[in-house]
Amino acid sequence: MEPVIGLEIHAQLKTKTKLFCPCPTEPGAEPNTNICEVCTGQPGALPRMNGKAIELAAKAGLALGSKVNGQSLFSRKNYFYPDLPNGFQTSQLDPPICQGGSMDIETPSGPKTIRLNRIHLEDDAGKCVHDEKRGRTLVDLNRAGTPLIEIVTEPDLNSSAEAMDFLKKLHALLVRLEVTEGRMEEGEFRCDVNVSLRPKGSPTMGVRGEIKNLNSFRYAGQAIEYEIKRQTALYAQGQPVLQETLHFDPARHETRPLRSKEEAHDYRYFPQPDLPPVRVSPELLERIGLSMPATAEETAQNLLGQGLREDVVTLLMDRKGAVGYLEEARAHYDQAKKIAALMAEFLLPACQKADVPIPDSPVTPRNLAKLAELMDKGVVGRRAAQELFPILFRTGAEPEALAREKGLTQISDKGALLALAAEVVASHPKEAENYRNGQEKVLSFLVGQLMRKSRGAADPKGAGEALIEALKA
Amino acid sequence: MTDIHRLGLRQTAQALQAREFSATDAVSAALERIRLTEPRIGACVTVLGESALREAKLLDESGPDPARPLWGVPLAVKDVFDLKGAPTTAGSRLLENYFPAFEATVVERLRAAGAIFVSKANCDEFAMGSTTEFSAYGPTKNPWDPALVPGGSSGGSAAAVAALQVPGAMGTDTGGSIRQPAALCGCVGLKPTYGRVSRYGIVAFASSLDQAGPFARSVGDVALLLSVIAGPDGKDSTCSARPVDDYLNLKEPKAADLTLGLPDALWSAGFEPSVDEALSAAKKALTDAGVRLKSVSMPNLRYSVATYYILAAAEASSNLARYDGVRYGQRAEGDPELVALYRRSRSQGLGPEVRRRIMLGTFVLSSGYYDAYFKKAAQTRRLILGDYQRALGECDYLLAPVTSIPAWPLGSFTDDPLTIYQLDMMTLPLNLAGGPGLSLPAGLSSAGLPVGVQLWGPSFGEAGLLSAGALLERIFPPVGPPPMAG
Repeated sequence: MEPVIGLEIHAQLKTKTKLFCPCPTEPGAEPNTNICEVCTGQPGALPRMNGKAIELAAKAGLALGSKVNGQSLFSRKNYFYPDLPNGFQTSQLDPPICQGGSMDIETPSGPKTIRLNRIHLEDDAGKCVHDEKRGRTLVDLNRAGTPLIEIVTEPDLNSSAEAMDFLKKLHALLVRLEVTEGRMEEGEFRCDVNVSLRPKGSPTMGVRGEIKNLNSFRYAGQAIEYEIKRQTALYAQGQPVLQETLHFDPARHETRPLRSKEEAHDYRYFPQPDLPPVRVSPELLERIGLSMPATAEETAQNLLGQGLREDVVTLLMDRKGAVGYLEEARAHYDQAKKIAALMAEFLLPACQKADVPIPDSPVTPRNLAKLAELMDKGVVGRRAAQELFPILFRTGAEPEALAREKGLTQISDKGALLALAAEVVASHPKEAENYRNGQEKVLSFLVGQLMRKSRGAADPKGAGEALIEALKA
Repeated sequence: MTDIHRLGLRQTAQALQAREFSATDAVSAALERIRLTEPRIGACVTVLGESALREAKLLDESGPDPARPLWGVPLAVKDVFDLKGAPTTAGSRLLENYFPAFEATVVERLRAAGAIFVSKANCDEFAMGSTTEFSAYGPTKNPWDPALVPGGSSGGSAAAVAALQVPGAMGTDTGGSIRQPAALCGCVGLKPTYGRVSRYGIVAFASSLDQAGPFARSVGDVALLLSVIAGPDGKDSTCSARPVDDYLNLKEPKAADLTLGLPDALWSAGFEPSVDEALSAAKKALTDAGVRLKSVSMPNLRYSVATYYILAAAEASSNLARYDGVRYGQRAEGDPELVALYRRSRSQGLGPEVRRRIMLGTFVLSSGYYDAYFKKAAQTRRLILGDYQRALGECDYLLAPVTSIPAWPLGSFTDDPLTIYQLDMMTLPLNLAGGPGLSLPAGLSSAGLPVGVQLWGPSFGEAGLLSAGALLERIFPPVGPPPMAG
């Protein structure tokens, strides 16, 4: 039997305000504080469209090769639930904002194209918090009305590994495009998976189980694995697979039929009369297209072309804002490879540790570029840089001034180094003799002595050269 | 001073600007009039005595402001408009204690223009009805005869204006709810073009048909109110961005230049003899004045009732889903189970007509029935719009009756919804087409009851429509206030 998997991904759009009202979308507020008459469904309140959400949905469509419809419609999806203040969700049925599209994933047998069915806009529901102890349910409407896109794939995936790859790649893309913040722990990127089995090569589809609301890649993978096993066992026992909606329990690693919101609903969709059609003009589409950053592949190729190591490129591309930071630093000192090395060694770990977004780093791109330049000129050594960076990060100081103030500039002046070398040779005649007799290993000892004499301020590379010259004398 | 209540809206506003009397005088006169007439007609759900007097005092302290055209003018608003400080009941038991935290755009604009609200006017529950008998707060009675209905659903607004409680009032018209009670109570009512007036803060019945509009005792007074409330509103996405025309300097057409089309489907309907007589007299008065009348064919109007009751019920079933007793409104006690809580709160809180329409609307949207009912009705709506546009191409405005019978006794049809739905036939087509319609008294019937006609115009053509209405108003005999007004 061959698993057939389709995904429905919900991504919260990165807008400051909700889809139909000016309430903030930022998570973390006290329950029922980011609410107004619109998102709580007060009598007489009406929705007003957030234009930014339309742009972001169109942007996702452009990036995924979808057809972005010039005109799409909102519909009402009617059902009762306490977290749904209006008694309907405002979603898109026909036509949605984007249709078609695809994304490629890597599989052991080579690249594979996963087709998309559609991308549509909709608003999120609030949250029900079940207070088991007191046997009551509390409703928090802060999330109600938050803008989402739902991305629906065709059933083109055939394993949990493929599904997880697809999800990770889609997540990375939407985050990089700033379509979503993608904070999965906040539920900003979550998916439903549809799993069915069929004889390998068969064109017909089996009966599917739909597992709802998976908010991590791992859970999605585990849920698919479990569901494949469960259905395989049912087929083996000759029992029918029921079309049902399931919940994945990550603690037990199993899927269970959902008890609430269960049965086949009749959602009574009809065109939402409170909203005019969603329009995306050719001009808007062009503007969105022009504002799109390069694709991940293009960016990676570009960085590799500048001589960056592959692991450094991966590192930079994984960290939000890192590539932009590098570009900005390069404008001050055009040595991408060296700046990237400093980022990998100092900046990225420091930002991570301090939980500071890279674009907000106290060490500005200009100052990091300056540090790279000082090192290239031999003014600041590696060890000095190690000492300087934490201070730069803490204070935002200018590197050259700080290095001088702390006495961490190197002696790289040739005359000064030669003088020091002469002194070292004079005070270690035996070692000098050995070197001259071919024991070249002794050089590193002598360099060490020179560094000591300079209290670490000498440029080690220059020191070696100066010693060789002094030993020839 | 005792006669302030007899003044029309513009007269009241002018007198206030000229300091002939104060805002407190105007509000006190309205409140006194309410006190006198209310026991007989029951036009108000809530009387805003204290707040109105307080607002009047504040206005009087700063003095009249020529920039505020309704400075100190007392008004009534249908109890579907959100207004701070009073419950918005929408005529429903379920919302008995619902105090809104925000105000309707229309209310804000009237306030900004200096108006003072003295009452929330009675209406059929959630504006569903044609008699105001489906209010949970009791029926409103016709000021011309308290044994008769005032029409509906904005019956309280119409009765308040006719009984001289207020010189103007606000209503909503989804299928005739302004024009029909205006006709039955003998006042002027305007349903503006869909999208001319914001729906924000007005309890929704059927979103694609609802439109707020004014009542007053003359066309010019209605025009003044429209000039205040009309215009774009960022809070209502269906409100048009078109700039507002000048409704205050109306250029009345010459009778001889005016051609009115008579929709055949409506004029060929049978009329009760006293109405027939009054309508014939009205037509004769028009032709005598030189107005050309011609019959226009609008064959699809015969589908109006079926089309309307499918679309309006469908939208209503969804619009009213929010009244679940969870966040606000009346909640049935004693049952912790969710579905039972919904079922009981809604069954107890909502009246029979509302439940009937929710069920009808739920049915026509259901899987398997959508195509046969909702979709077909949406298509028929376009045919009706086509008839409307074609007919307006053959004349300047359309002239139609408003009801086929005069105001009828309370209780006549409360158990006969189909008959009552059929009675809406004259008013529904305009809501389906979206255009503006002006209802004005054409005279009194032989039984001494007002009979109205309505004038329909092209979308956003309110200025022309009101101008033509002003001409008709001069041609028709004045109906004056009802005898009870004394």
